[in-house]
Amino acid sequence: MNNTILDIQDLKVEFPINIGTVRAVDGVSLKLNQGEVMGLVGESGCGKSTLGFSILRLLRPPGRIASGRILYHGRDIVSMDEKEVLKLRGRRIAMIFQDPLTSLNPLFSIGRQFVETLQTHEKGINKKQAILQAESMLESLGISKERLQEFPHQMSGGMRQRIMIGMGLILNPDLLIADEPTTSLDVIVEAQFLDLLADLCRQYNLTIILITHNLGNVAQLADRITVMYGGTLAEVGLSGDIFHTPLHPYTQGLLASIPNIKLDQPELSPMEGSPPDLVNPPTGCVFHPRCPQVMDICTRQRPPAFQKNGHQVSCWLYR
Amino acid sequence: MRHLAKYIITRTLLTIPMVLILLSIVFLVLRIMPGDPVSSMLGGHAPEKVIEQKKEELGLNEPMAVQYVSYLWQVAHLDLGESMVFKQRVTTAIADKLPATIELTACGMIITLILGVFLGAYAADRRRQVQDSMIRLYGIVIYCIPVYWLGLMLQLIFGIWLDVMPIAGRTGPRVFASTFEQTGFYLIDTLLIRDFAALKDVMIHLTLPAFTLGLTLSGIFIRLTRANMLDVLKADYIIAAEARGIRHSRIVYRHALKNAFIPILTMMGLQVALLMAGAILTETTFSWPGMGRLLLERIYLRDYPTIQGVIIVFALIVAGVSLVVDIIYAMIDPRIRY
Ligand SMILES: Nc1ncnc2c1ncn2[C@@H]1O[C@H](COP(=O)(O)OP(=O)(O)OP(=O)(O)O)[C@@H](O)[C@H]1O
Ligand SMILES: [Mg+2]
Repeated sequence: MNNTILDIQDLKVEFPINIGTVRAVDGVSLKLNQGEVMGLVGESGCGKSTLGFSILRLLRPPGRIASGRILYHGRDIVSMDEKEVLKLRGRRIAMIFQDPLTSLNPLFSIGRQFVETLQTHEKGINKKQAILQAESMLESLGISKERLQEFPHQMSGGMRQRIMIGMGLILNPDLLIADEPTTSLDVIVEAQFLDLLADLCRQYNLTIILITHNLGNVAQLADRITVMYGGTLAEVGLSGDIFHTPLHPYTQGLLASIPNIKLDQPELSPMEGSPPDLVNPPTGCVFHPRCPQVMDICTRQRPPAFQKNGHQVSCWLYR
Repeated sequence: MRHLAKYIITRTLLTIPMVLILLSIVFLVLRIMPGDPVSSMLGGHAPEKVIEQKKEELGLNEPMAVQYVSYLWQVAHLDLGESMVFKQRVTTAIADKLPATIELTACGMIITLILGVFLGAYAADRRRQVQDSMIRLYGIVIYCIPVYWLGLMLQLIFGIWLDVMPIAGRTGPRVFASTFEQTGFYLIDTLLIRDFAALKDVMIHLTLPAFTLGLTLSGIFIRLTRANMLDVLKADYIIAAEARGIRHSRIVYRHALKNAFIPILTMMGLQVALLMAGAILTETTFSWPGMGRLLLERIYLRDYPTIQGVIIVFALIVAGVSLVVDIIYAMIDPRIRY
């Protein structure tokens, strides 16, 4: 039985700008299994959000998918026509964003935004039924149903983020892309929200792509972790493996630079150098200018993904 | 809703000081302007004694403060005095002309809004495409054209060359005034008596002046709407709505436009003054028997009380519209009410 829900194949995303082309995602291949939580981590600007947006074809112009395929249950999203993509959005694949305050339309009541979402996808559902559905969703998220009449600015950040996820899940999608959903929340609310996410994942048999730069978050929630660097995948592996036996020098550096994770590393060492220029990326391996273990071949040839101890790692060390 | 009611009451009360300030400015400006109303009224060669007597009669010899208080007192009682030239209350003269001006400016504003807001939103949606460039070009050109020139051109094209539109007045000779006059708003009056031939005639007469006024201001609204829409379309809630599968047209014309409309509304309040100024010029071009023409006529005649009255009414309209605009604003934006 094939339980792959999403199969990204050699995806390339570009932003043509006046000084050249930003290769925000440059040849990413990734498979997601049904029901898993995939953590997607990496420094700011490495292309995490761009990858997330591409899955829903939400790239803003001039951004475009240059090549590759995104198979969702075997159907290629990249080549779908706009109408079909509209049917996927919200109904099959949901996405929530970093800032829940700005993700809700300030002029529409919460209820109205729920109703609109439901009526867009479920033909023939009337307003009353939609409201009822929204009410039970809110209650399952621990929010009183009276809140439906209120406006986004009347709610706390945590509550808004729960509402966002409620709106995302009300149509029962099977894939959720969460782009740094807790960045704007305080630590306690963040922990609660991650618990909620874990519950929902089981309850709805959701597959989640959890984008974050907080490795603590993914440690808590993710089954597997994907580490991105400069528009490419550095390493993919089981959560525990990535934390305890990171293979890619970039993953090792990333972990060493994070204070709140229990690691064998004796001291904290921030990584040298800065992220690559995606208009003129380095030749060979994009990480080689910062890599402590750089070899000759790294400057010339881009490493393919090697399989090593259950990790998938793009580094010549594991050839 | 309770909050909204409270907001409306507070906002209305705040209009009082605003109106007071406007009235004071009108009072001051008219008194520091060069030219003595009495001698200009009686002609340059009137004997000193007669001038003095007239001044006494009009209360112009009282101290400024006393004049000011009695002026406010009068205005508060809706008394704008008597014309210096005709035997006529100023309020009567104004009541006679005001509906014509309101009818014209209201139609002008509606045309401006529909054109400006719709074209602006459409241009933003089609950013950097041909449609966008065309609309922006139109916006700039129309903005640069003076209102009277546009009026003259429309008269020339539609009134003379094509000869399909009347170029002066509110009605044709057949339906001329008084037969149906009840409110002074001819569109309403003709509807009230169900005289559709007259209604059509009134509408035809209104078309060119209203378009002159409406087109002139549409340029600003296109620019403003487009700029606001471009901002709003970048907002997170727009992409979040897209991520929920909501149709593009709905996102642009409901979600985004409603948000972009708030600054447009503010602008509308501010543009009323400009609209009034435009109305004066348009009325002159189209021999429209409204407040603008009244004002110009009376300026030639140096009829100070009437001039003052007209300006006061304009000021009150501006204050009133800005009140209404703020109330609509609060109804649209839930964040204002609290
Ligand atoms: N509209 C755009 N035009 C040009 N370049 C863009 C645009 N959007 C994104 N990029 C570039 O694409 C790259 C990836 O951006 P992306 O937002 O996906 O990064 P990210 O990993 O999500 O970062 P962060 O952690 O800060 O959210 C960045 O280098 C960014 O500069
Ligand atoms: Mg991002």
